[in-house]
Amino acid sequence: MTGSTNGVSRTEQPGAVPLLEVRDLRTYFKTDDGIVRAVDGVSFSVEAGQTLGVVGESGSGKSVTMMSILGLNPKAGRLAPKDGSGAPEQMVGFLEESKKHISISTGAALFRGENLLEASSSRLRSLRGKEVSMIFQDPMTSLNPVLTVGDQLIEAVTLHRDISSRKARQVAIAGLEEVGIPRAGRRVDDYPHQFSGGMRQRVMIAMALINEPALLIADEPTTALDVTTQAQILDLISDLQKERGTAVVLITHDLGVVAETADDIVVMYAARVVEQAPVLELFEHPMHPYTWGLLGSLPRVDVTLDRLMQIGGQPPSLLRPPRGCRFRPRCAYAFDRCRTELPPATAQSYDPGHLDACLLDERFKLGESARVTHELGLTPEAA
Amino acid sequence: MTDALLEIDRLTKHFPITEGIVFKKEVATVKALDGVSLEVRRGETLGVVGESGCGKSTLARLITNLLTPTSGSVRFDGQDVATLAGQELLAFRRQVTMIFQDPYASLNPRKRVGFIVAEPLIVHDVGTETERKRRVQELLEVVGLNAEHYNRFPHEFSGGQRQRIGIARALAAGPRLIVCDEPVSALDVSVQAQILNLLSDLQAEFGLTYVFIAHDLSVVRHISDRVAVMYLGKLVELADAKALYAGPRHPYTGALLSAVPIANPRLGRQRRKLVLTGDVPNPIDPPSACRFHPRCPRTQGMCSIDDPELRAMGQDSVHEAACHFPLERWPMTPDEMRAPEGLPPLAGAGDELTPPELEVSR
Repeated sequence: MTGSTNGVSRTEQPGAVPLLEVRDLRTYFKTDDGIVRAVDGVSFSVEAGQTLGVVGESGSGKSVTMMSILGLNPKAGRLAPKDGSGAPEQMVGFLEESKKHISISTGAALFRGENLLEASSSRLRSLRGKEVSMIFQDPMTSLNPVLTVGDQLIEAVTLHRDISSRKARQVAIAGLEEVGIPRAGRRVDDYPHQFSGGMRQRVMIAMALINEPALLIADEPTTALDVTTQAQILDLISDLQKERGTAVVLITHDLGVVAETADDIVVMYAARVVEQAPVLELFEHPMHPYTWGLLGSLPRVDVTLDRLMQIGGQPPSLLRPPRGCRFRPRCAYAFDRCRTELPPATAQSYDPGHLDACLLDERFKLGESARVTHELGLTPEAA
Repeated sequence: MTDALLEIDRLTKHFPITEGIVFKKEVATVKALDGVSLEVRRGETLGVVGESGCGKSTLARLITNLLTPTSGSVRFDGQDVATLAGQELLAFRRQVTMIFQDPYASLNPRKRVGFIVAEPLIVHDVGTETERKRRVQELLEVVGLNAEHYNRFPHEFSGGQRQRIGIARALAAGPRLIVCDEPVSALDVSVQAQILNLLSDLQAEFGLTYVFIAHDLSVVRHISDRVAVMYLGKLVELADAKALYAGPRHPYTGALLSAVPIANPRLGRQRRKLVLTGDVPNPIDPPSACRFHPRCPRTQGMCSIDDPELRAMGQDSVHEAACHFPLERWPMTPDEMRAPEGLPPLAGAGDELTPPELEVSR
């Protein structure tokens, strides 16, 4: 998958180190009800300047994956070497012995080659907000209501740069101007409640980008916003990204949003990655039954569908995930091997950049995929 | 007997904003709904769509007689609902029920499912206790739950299952009209599809009429026969779902449609978007005349002077819009788009517009 088609481009530099590479990440939490395997063997990578869309339903582990990478999980414990290499059983054993409600993460999250899971908390503090920053869903709760937006922006600047507060104020105003806040010189002294939802999200974006990070993690940045405001915010993120070459990880439950903004897509289900592909490939040749179900469940603004292709049942509990393939209880194609084997993410024979975690035969999946995309009007001919 | 089950005539609801504690002084009003007229036909689904603050939930509460209109009327089956009292009001409440947005907040956590679903039957004094129990178990199965769920509590269910309980409760008294206020917006995509399919099945089975309120244009397109688009308390466009999505006439509807991300990368990235500038104005002090004019790409002098009435567009009497300068083409051409004075140029204006064929043949 190289070159560009219809403005959907993807650059591949073989041998180049990706900006962020996550390998076999696992994050388990100890709770009153037992051990929650919130992230259970997730791998993906993000190239500089690219947008990775992470799609999944609630509880699929998308947010916890990002929180683990940035060391933001509450009460994160560490696995000492004596506790073993970090195999799932050892993690469970470690948590069972613990008397407190803690979480642990294993695997690797390599940011420019540095494993963030092993980084000290002071190193992470200097990294967050400078090289990697994050935007959250709810712009009201992520801004401090008793400080002016200027104070909060200035704090973000002076924390990472050695400049005078006067200079920092100028940087803050310039940041607000850049995200399209009118009369930034005056609005800088306003409090968050004086801004509308869309404007608050702009302030969050200004704050996240003020130190020109290489990677921006946006966790459902537009979910709380109205559709016309959502369009403004998505445009703003992609304009700023183009201008500065920032890589973006966009976490969302909305397939429409990733279809229009992402270069690559990761589909998560029950704490694991079930499919991963460049955006056009994912929509035109989806290979995992869950992806088919997700695409077919979506009411469309561009196509009239008589009936939605629903997936029966509900996502499994991560306290006791089903044995074998986690999607098996809801999958119409499941066969006996799915009960016992946990399918690994495997590349297609015809495309090493398209991975899916399903035991079905590739030729069979291609046939079903063609049928589904045809029914949903997703084939290239339909467009 | 007319075709209309529900007739809404120049319906207006203003909420006063008061100052002072003992001597409350009205300082302003929130014009939540301002002169909305429409009909809901027997057996149809009318979708009501709009952004936050457009008055769609106020409309739902006026239809179900949970609020009293400031002026105008809602007539259900020929009767003005605001004048109902006693037995008549009780009978109305049996016939018009509601499904709510939040499946967590809309079920009493201290009551068992059996009671929650049976409550409408108890209120309306339908059947004996054994009959009620049988009816509730039947209803639970109709909505895709098990009769054994009768004795469970709401917290034992997932969001989608709770929404099914809410639907069973809405069905219990045998309604003719169900007002669904954002019934799927709190649900995940796969569960949302289950609930939408269930609502369609129930409509076919029981001959129900739905008023379906949502902010998601894709969901509204999927479920609705006709669609009403609202903006700041006004009805701006009303048409058959297919016609509305294929060729919106009001510029606001056009902007809404072009803002919805399309789950099809080729189509979604090809099209040029009409991105509105600014936010929805404050309903306490809405813009004069046409409320959309400060953000409208087609605004002209008279838009700020004369408030456009909802009128039929062309020969097509089923397609109405409230606009002095309705869209002639969809998508708009670049020269049709211009920024209102004092605002930066609209995104997309001046560029070559690639037409998104919104209707994809299958």
